[in-house]
Amino acid sequence: MPRAFTPKVVTANALLEGDVVYLTFDDRWTRDLAQAELITDEAHAQLRLLLAEGQPDQVVGVYLADVTDGPNGPEPAHFREDFRRSGPSNYRHGKQAELSDV
Amino acid sequence: MYDYSEFDAAFVAERNRQFRQQVERRVSGALTEDEFKPLRLMNGLYLQLHAYMLRVAIPYGTLDSAKMRQLAHIAERWDKGYGHFTTRQNIQYNWPKLPDVPDMLDSLAEVGMHAIQTSGNTIRNVTADHFAGAAEDEIADPRPVAELIRQWSTDHPEFQFLPRKFKIAVTGSPNDRAVIKAHDIGIQIVARGAEQGYRVIVGGGLGRTPMIGKVLSDFVTQDDLLPYLESVVSVWNQIGRRDNKYKSRIKITVHEHGIEDIRARVAERFKLVRPAFSGVDLALFDEIKAAFAPPAFRKAGTESFDKAYSADPVFRAWADTNLAAHRAPGYAIVQISLKAHGATPGDATAAQMRVMADLAETYGHDELRISHEQNVILPHVHVSDLPALHATLKRHGLATANIGLISDIIACPGMDYCALATARSIPIAQEIATRFDELKLEHDIGELKIKISGCINACGHHHVGQIGILGLDRAGVENYQITLGGDHTHDAALGQRTGPGFSADEIVPAIERIIETYLDYRQDRQETFLQTYRRIGMEPFKSALYEKARAHAAE
Repeated sequence: MPRAFTPKVVTANALLEGDVVYLTFDDRWTRDLAQAELITDEAHAQLRLLLAEGQPDQVVGVYLADVTDGPNGPEPAHFREDFRRSGPSNYRHGKQAELSDV
Repeated sequence: MYDYSEFDAAFVAERNRQFRQQVERRVSGALTEDEFKPLRLMNGLYLQLHAYMLRVAIPYGTLDSAKMRQLAHIAERWDKGYGHFTTRQNIQYNWPKLPDVPDMLDSLAEVGMHAIQTSGNTIRNVTADHFAGAAEDEIADPRPVAELIRQWSTDHPEFQFLPRKFKIAVTGSPNDRAVIKAHDIGIQIVARGAEQGYRVIVGGGLGRTPMIGKVLSDFVTQDDLLPYLESVVSVWNQIGRRDNKYKSRIKITVHEHGIEDIRARVAERFKLVRPAFSGVDLALFDEIKAAFAPPAFRKAGTESFDKAYSADPVFRAWADTNLAAHRAPGYAIVQISLKAHGATPGDATAAQMRVMADLAETYGHDELRISHEQNVILPHVHVSDLPALHATLKRHGLATANIGLISDIIACPGMDYCALATARSIPIAQEIATRFDELKLEHDIGELKIKISGCINACGHHHVGQIGILGLDRAGVENYQITLGGDHTHDAALGQRTGPGFSADEIVPAIERIIETYLDYRQDRQETFLQTYRRIGMEPFKSALYEKARAHAAE
């Protein structure tokens, strides 16, 4: 039996600011993981990755990150992605400050 | 202090102009990231976890007040109002935006600073003893030779595409404060009769395969030094491995070929290289030395110091902990701790940078140093100025009296910032410092070096920490391995692993059990942690870490 596919999001850093960004279902880049497209199929994941890699003028370092399907959208499956989602733990800098400012 | 020449300024301006265009071409899409990455790295620009990071060179950790103020200005104008001083005596900005970086570099150039060769497979910023020119035990100031090496290595045409990065450190004292045995090349100034020369150590390094450097030559004369170094780097450039980046550092080359083989190859290469050095370097060295002439030390009474020392216990505690012996009578070396309990090791706000710049200008012959231990040094302060200086430090959160103590922790940025990290280091340092401050034990514990890295690359020097902590990712959870008995000094030694690692919740209690064991076993207050460890060995600590914990769990 094939191994179950771990849900993914496409993530990268924004070229100009360096911010962590995620691909949405309608081909935009969001800074909010909860708004990212949750990808549940391997073939679709590869297509989405290709689309993202075709935008080097917008993003850097595109990859697929493991997530879980949470009540409010995708959630990090690993602590590294949790820090990328929110920011460093020693200062309230990065997204944790910026997203709550909105 | 050494002032860069017009040639240097023109070189930096040209590099900045090139980089501005490279950034423009990257933003316009004319350069791909693969093309751009080596260019940005050559100019100190990384892409980290949350943002870009700009690493600025502070050659041999030496600054004056104008440079420090400009670092403060950059932190405020283009970053989040602070900077992070690193274990390589540099400063890193954690939040620059790509289009701003050319302006930041131009701003640095205004005070003769840059980010060249702070990254990439080149000879990196040369580091040196942070007490250089001030230390009581010094044979000679290591900075002139560090500057000579900086000039020789900057944009060296043969060494721009090395197998891997290459780090050189210099000490002018027999007591090594520059960790020279953990560098690709470590240089120690030595004397043979009246002649000054250099002991050259090669193949040290930390990272995933830690090695203590080996002596390649016991005495290299001044006129042979640059050709000798060029021969070493040249030999490694040819035979260093490029097939596997984990085996490409010179420590692996020395390990695989043996020190005798490397010495023979260097001798062979030296015959070819030596004639190309016509003596220009010697004339240059004399000029550089003149620029590092010691300041005119003042003669003054010490009454104000003596009075404050006997009357003010807070000042006394700070003076006992944060001062070091100076070569000039009446002077002291001031160590400003960037390790306030619970703060991020090595971070300084723009306001704090300005305060330190002002103090250097007013009391310190306009000199500042960054130590590899992530603190700031005012190398030349007359003791009569210390009460006023200490009062200013106190007002700005810079008077923590903990140099060399358990809360004076080296910590790499770890998973909070670094793209390579496997676990966090900063919060562990913060928690250890806060915990032992609460226990009011740190002065009783005495000299202790804790060093924390958030991955095996060991930027936090954990291998040479008396207590080393290495953060790893174990099945998706942060896990911290402990090593004991490391030593970063002239008796350099690698720490030994205690056993299985601890979770983020367990690591601070584990450190507490190590300290309790030390306090139980030490012969008296004079016996330091490292001395006790060397006397009693690993077993009592292992027992405290694992058996007592198990017994406790079974209760």
